[in-house]
Amino acid sequence: MTPTLATLLLITFAVSVLSLVVLGWAVWRHHMRWGPAAARVIFGPREEGIPEEPAVPAGEEKRIRPEADLDSLPEAAREELLDRAEADRSSAAPVLLFLLSSTVWLVVGSIVGVVVALKFTFPDWLTGSALLTFGRLRPIHLNAVIYGWLSMAGIAVMLWLLPRVLRTRLRGTWWAVTGGVIWNVAVTAGLIALAFGWTDGLEWMEIPWAIDILFVLAGGLMAVPLFATLKHRRVGHLYVSVWYFAAALVWFPILFVIGNWPNLHFGVEHAAVNWWFAHNVLGLWLTPIGLGAAYYLIPKVLGKPIYSYSLSLVGFWALALFYSQAGIHHLIGGPVPTWLVTLSIVQSVMMVIPVIAVAINHHVTMVGHFRALRHSPTLRFVVAGAMMYTAVSLTGSLQSLRSVNQLVHFTHYTVGHAHMGVYAFASMIVFGAIYFLVPRVTAREWPRPALISWHFWLSFLGVGLYVVALTIGGVLQGLAMMDPDLPFIESVRVTLPYLHARSVGGAMMTAGHLVFAYHVAVLVLGRGPVRQEAPWRPKLSSLSNPEIAS
Amino acid sequence: MAAEALFPLQPGDRLVTRVFALVIAVTLILAFAALMLVVQPYSQLSRVEPDPGSAPYTVEQARGRDQYVSLGCVYCHTQQPRDRDFGTDDERGWGRVSTPADYQWDYPHQLGTMRTGPDLFNIGARQSSEDWHLTHLYQPRAVSPGSIMPAFPFLFEVKDEAGEDDVVVQVPPAYAPAIGVVVAKPEALDLVAYLISLDHTYPSAWLETEEAADEQ
Repeated sequence: MTPTLATLLLITFAVSVLSLVVLGWAVWRHHMRWGPAAARVIFGPREEGIPEEPAVPAGEEKRIRPEADLDSLPEAAREELLDRAEADRSSAAPVLLFLLSSTVWLVVGSIVGVVVALKFTFPDWLTGSALLTFGRLRPIHLNAVIYGWLSMAGIAVMLWLLPRVLRTRLRGTWWAVTGGVIWNVAVTAGLIALAFGWTDGLEWMEIPWAIDILFVLAGGLMAVPLFATLKHRRVGHLYVSVWYFAAALVWFPILFVIGNWPNLHFGVEHAAVNWWFAHNVLGLWLTPIGLGAAYYLIPKVLGKPIYSYSLSLVGFWALALFYSQAGIHHLIGGPVPTWLVTLSIVQSVMMVIPVIAVAINHHVTMVGHFRALRHSPTLRFVVAGAMMYTAVSLTGSLQSLRSVNQLVHFTHYTVGHAHMGVYAFASMIVFGAIYFLVPRVTAREWPRPALISWHFWLSFLGVGLYVVALTIGGVLQGLAMMDPDLPFIESVRVTLPYLHARSVGGAMMTAGHLVFAYHVAVLVLGRGPVRQEAPWRPKLSSLSNPEIAS
Repeated sequence: MAAEALFPLQPGDRLVTRVFALVIAVTLILAFAALMLVVQPYSQLSRVEPDPGSAPYTVEQARGRDQYVSLGCVYCHTQQPRDRDFGTDDERGWGRVSTPADYQWDYPHQLGTMRTGPDLFNIGARQSSEDWHLTHLYQPRAVSPGSIMPAFPFLFEVKDEAGEDDVVVQVPPAYAPAIGVVVAKPEALDLVAYLISLDHTYPSAWLETEEAADEQ
């Protein structure tokens, strides 16, 4: 290692640690003064203590906090509630476009996923055409669920939530709608290209760079309304969710352009960029979306501010500092310079700090309210997702240690881990957000509450089976590979039962998605009840707030 | 009542009330990460010369590599043998640890992250028989019992009888078509040419330099 590199590395670590110390000091200094008030900006006057849960029929919110007096909301909160309703309605068109598109991609992506999983069991099934071979379907699955489902659904959540927490209406709606249409064209073109073997050949960046230009265009169009809305905010304090969303909206385009730039990268450097990008799709795009949504939904549904607003500040900046440099742990043991891998391992372990900060906030806020999980579908999805975030992040830090990595690196364990992050954490929270927001933007109720339960349990148990099976199977596979006396085929043989079980888990998740898609369709087609607001909430029909509408 | 009145600004708020400041700060953090994880490796590795033992691909091998990429072989096969004190790759005969100098002809890289199947960085050295590879691609289980690799019959065609230039694939009776012979399409021949070209067993100039540096 050259002295320059050593110096740079030392500076990196010093900057990271120093930033944390400064942050801790700032939090400690200001803790008593602004933390608690800032956590309450999501509530109207005297709204604290009153749950909001549109996923249950109006009036049934009482069951979430039986002690709450729903009729106590004073006239003072009226303006806040009107603003919020207006904000919800203002984003309806783009939110529904993104949401419905993402639902279609979810169904497509998960059906392809099940086919891919079954191919481990039946390697001679669907081998007649190159379009259906494993190596073509697998990237179709990944790109459909990442760029079609989770990115679009995440953008829908942001389009809905930003106006709401900023107390304004969504600006430049049609920019977002146009962006959404182009995004769909890009996903469609990308998946067709992959089916026919036109690929950039890099995991998480398979879609050909020529089609990537469409994604950049669509992303640029969508940035306009989001930043315009930020500019017109009518709140003094930016709630923690807004930091996460704004950061994600800055980070992802930069990462996408650097990673996908054609004919710039080469050889091992390309691999480093590949995994820096791929890890950050989760770390700096899907994670901030999921955490931002959870930071709003848990306290909002409960009517109770998050436990420690100051901690959320530590969590956010530590995530930014550490996650952005963790990606190269995907190349431990590979032909990349040692200093680079070491840097990523250190940052991966440092991720424990933001994870614990977020965990304390999400979980401690729930203490005393676990009964609410029975009554609030939103909360059930979001809390399950938040718990999975803690679990997946802590195991992720563990996996970056060389000794653990040596065992699980090239095995199905990693695939299980990826699904734990993208699905059990991010997708579950996004599902929860969707159950909350759709009644608000459409003024309709979920027609069949039982279907929400079916969806939850199919998804939750499905992904549970998926992750447990691949975790065990992956460890056994790794142990077999680490034993030089065993022939390689033994590492294949030991995984088979677990691969079969994985298919069952995947099929359960897919069944859950079909239930979800059906439910969304029934609601959107107007087959469900129109939402009857509780008396203490403004009726949407009576909406006219001249101040905000102008 | 305006929210500002409800929640008057406090000293600590300045950091998070300014969207502009937030955007600049998060951009700087990412730029810093890119400096460490993209720019540094770029400048360090762009000085690396291809290993003298390696050679650019022939046209046929390059076409075969395109097949390898397009069929997604990377999702089950790595191309990065690990060091002998990190895993059992060396004992399995998968070759010496690879170095950045071994990859300078590869675009896009195919390092891979998954070993549902074995590492292929030196498959050409382990198995140099074109016949074996063709049979294996046509039906992996014909030569590798217990394999769960997908079969690639679409890279082949079944003919009543082989033409003069046709490469006939040896298929055990259990897997052979009822009538006719299995003949390799050009795509299969290209792919096999690439697989056989995967031989990085030459002595690594990179490793020798590193060892020399360590001894100093």
